[in-house]
Amino acid sequence: MTIRRYHSASWDEGVVYELGAAGRRGVVPPASWAPAADLPDGVRRAADADLPELAEYEVRRHYSHLAQQTLGMMGVSLFGTCTMKHNPTLNEQIVARPEVAGVHPRQDASTFPGLLGIVHDLEDELKNLSGMAAFSFQPGGGADAAYLHAVITRAYHASRGELAQRTQVVTTAQAHPCNPASAHAAGFEVITLPLEEDGYPSVEALKAVIGPQTAALMLNNPDDMGIYNPHIKEFIDAVHEVGALAFYDHANFNGVMTRLRARELGFDACMFMLHKTFGAPKGGNGPSVGAYGCSEELAPFLPGPRIVKNGDGYELIEPAQSVGRVREFFGNVQQLVKAYSWTRAMGTDGLREAADISVLANNYMEKRLLDIPGVTISFPGKAMPRLEMTRYSLGEWSADTGLSTLDVENRLPDFGIDAWWTSHEPWIVPEPFTPEAGEMWSKEDIDEWIDVVAHILEEGRTDPEIVRTAPHNQAVAQIDGSGLNDPDTWATTWAAYRRKHARP
Amino acid sequence: MLEGRLRGGISTDTHLSFLGGGYWKHGIPALCDEIASRPELSLSVWGTPSSDHGRNQIWFEWASQLGALLDLDFVGLPVYSWGCAAGHALRMAARLTGRSVVVVPSNLDRERRLVIDTYCGYRELTGALTVREVAVDAATGTILPAALAEVLDDQVAAVYLETPNSWGVIETAMADLIAAAHQHGAEVIVGVDPISLGALASPASSGADILVGSLQPMGIPLYAGGGVGGFIASRDEERYARQFPTLQVSIAPTRVEGQHAFGLTLFEQSSYGSRELGNDWTGNSVYLWTVRNAVFLALLGPAGMRELAETVVANARQSARLIAELPGVSVRYADGIFKEFIVDFSATGKSVAEINAGLLERGILGGHDLSGTHDGLDGCALYCVTEGVTEDDIRELTAALKEVLA
Repeated sequence: MTIRRYHSASWDEGVVYELGAAGRRGVVPPASWAPAADLPDGVRRAADADLPELAEYEVRRHYSHLAQQTLGMMGVSLFGTCTMKHNPTLNEQIVARPEVAGVHPRQDASTFPGLLGIVHDLEDELKNLSGMAAFSFQPGGGADAAYLHAVITRAYHASRGELAQRTQVVTTAQAHPCNPASAHAAGFEVITLPLEEDGYPSVEALKAVIGPQTAALMLNNPDDMGIYNPHIKEFIDAVHEVGALAFYDHANFNGVMTRLRARELGFDACMFMLHKTFGAPKGGNGPSVGAYGCSEELAPFLPGPRIVKNGDGYELIEPAQSVGRVREFFGNVQQLVKAYSWTRAMGTDGLREAADISVLANNYMEKRLLDIPGVTISFPGKAMPRLEMTRYSLGEWSADTGLSTLDVENRLPDFGIDAWWTSHEPWIVPEPFTPEAGEMWSKEDIDEWIDVVAHILEEGRTDPEIVRTAPHNQAVAQIDGSGLNDPDTWATTWAAYRRKHARP
Repeated sequence: MLEGRLRGGISTDTHLSFLGGGYWKHGIPALCDEIASRPELSLSVWGTPSSDHGRNQIWFEWASQLGALLDLDFVGLPVYSWGCAAGHALRMAARLTGRSVVVVPSNLDRERRLVIDTYCGYRELTGALTVREVAVDAATGTILPAALAEVLDDQVAAVYLETPNSWGVIETAMADLIAAAHQHGAEVIVGVDPISLGALASPASSGADILVGSLQPMGIPLYAGGGVGGFIASRDEERYARQFPTLQVSIAPTRVEGQHAFGLTLFEQSSYGSRELGNDWTGNSVYLWTVRNAVFLALLGPAGMRELAETVVANARQSARLIAELPGVSVRYADGIFKEFIVDFSATGKSVAEINAGLLERGILGGHDLSGTHDGLDGCALYCVTEGVTEDDIRELTAALKEVLA
């Protein structure tokens, strides 16, 4: 194997406040055609805001340098729990058109039927894929969709006069943290099921905690480790028997696209991440979309505005028992257009092939990774074969070398490989990492990624300092994070930095 | 195929638009598009200080420049929207004070109000907040200290205000309102339009504790509402910092003397760090918009932001006066507004819907209908005028209105 020699651009770039000079201008806004407005003292700002002063070319140079000092997905990124894939440039060009970018959310629905129609048809696509009756695209991310489920759960039980009694949401130790957190923020008490020896919670443990006090079950399957709970239908049946709702956090949909439908499993609601699974770019954490789908029974509680077809056009309605809003308006519409474009380009056959490729790639990766000394899989020999992603452990390697998964995470970018995903909390296996290949990456890409991991793990045995002190080929050296949680030293702004760390 | 479906769609680019209400048509410097489109940034995944140093620096520069505009030096990474930011901030205040009543203006924009109501929860469950309204004075369009005093007591966790408010009016008694709330031990949260802060004093300079608002006006397209994003900021005091539900990025040293890197601070208090024991929840949001905002603010600079705000307020007030000259049409609070104002068509005998239909035939998107949103607003519309609206545009509007109202 040949390891790529990579080095980031390194411009020794200052913070924007250290650049430019007094009086320089980047963009000068138009002067007014009207008499100056009278702004009395107390209303008027006492002094101009303390912003940097740069010419336009300096701003372009600075932010281009910062882009160059960002690895992102410019190399291989097998980032688990997210499903990174190709984001076609064509879709970016489409949403830059004025018919998307320039539409004001308060325009009358009759003025932009093309865009509304695309959003409406995306809903049809997702209904087909999930078996759900209706979708809301309002949530601003997967976690927001989990929150919407908690909000709809409140309204649903309140409408039946049972909310005062149904105060608990049940989740699992390997559900994404947004499920317990958003349920708690919505006012529910959270019950977390532990994993048992096969890598997932037992039906018995579930039955022991549910009853007339249960409002909903919220979980991922495959879970955050990539383990599929084969007893999922029994879980859903059990919560339905006690009158609670079942929510499917479908963040890990990629391995099962077209192979299963959330509604047919019995789920009352589900969530897809359009900014990952459905081909819209992630943007370094958004704009994202948690597409929330639900059953006929829950549809009247969805947030407005909902887009419904009316003859040749569309109209916007508020559902009869709507929860109101979790966010303003329709959601991140430009991402919806990209997701629709991607879904239609793939087609049902393409989605199925993508799911199969992602499972194949993940299992190929497993075979090679487990050949590397010191890499072990979570719940070996217990759980079913993994689908689209797998959690591994470096516990043995760590015991041999004294290094951690975070050391490897810091070393990966030295070879042009994105920092890997370790694990959400809680860390069930020691020194975890969670790769996911998805359907996009070629066999050469996957091999390169594994070769680099093998190389770094070998470095850890022969030259642990080079791993411990990584990165070495980046714009700057390893961060000293010792003061990040200290109020005397943290600084989220340049003003705070200057105040706390004034140089003599 | 998609282009064909979209073709012919009406937008604020094809038509002269006076729509606003928290989502505003401001100029977008071309460089915002160029930098935000760079694949290193637009495709960035999660990233660490070791992999995505440049992006983390942009996050920090976004927080720094926004904080300078707000006069606050602790800024969380973005949340989904202005309404979501307000909702989180109210919940921060409830945790800070151990109280459960929040006060909001009676004229709050419906979209934000619905989000806030959702965040305040249901009384059957733990941690629910009760929303209490403070009346807006019909004569001035502002909140009078006397009105606020009527709803304040020692149950109030927070008072949420906006300036300019949802009717476009600048709250002139901000310092008195803040002092009154503080006297009752309540936190003061203020929603602001960042564009206005180029020329208007930040409420933080009068003692507001937490500021929230929208990222959208600073270089982000409207995208039919997909351009929204929210910020939460406070003084850099541990008491507040410990309640943020967001992730934050902090400047920090590296292993090499004199170098800076940018890492997450107070991660453990987020839902990523502590699941349901964290502050509310966080997750993927609208972080790419920090790139657009950072480029926008660096291009405008201190003088540009001041001039932009001055142009906007001058254009808007003069437009209001010109519209008010039309027979049967009046404008409320024209001398106290920033960029939005209420146009009252109730004496014309025509509904806002009819008027807007007539304007649309003439290539104009009229202001949005306020009928039914608050007492005394039937037949009224909220008009928004920004730096890009010219004197000719207003002549075009008034000529069209004359025809429509004839």
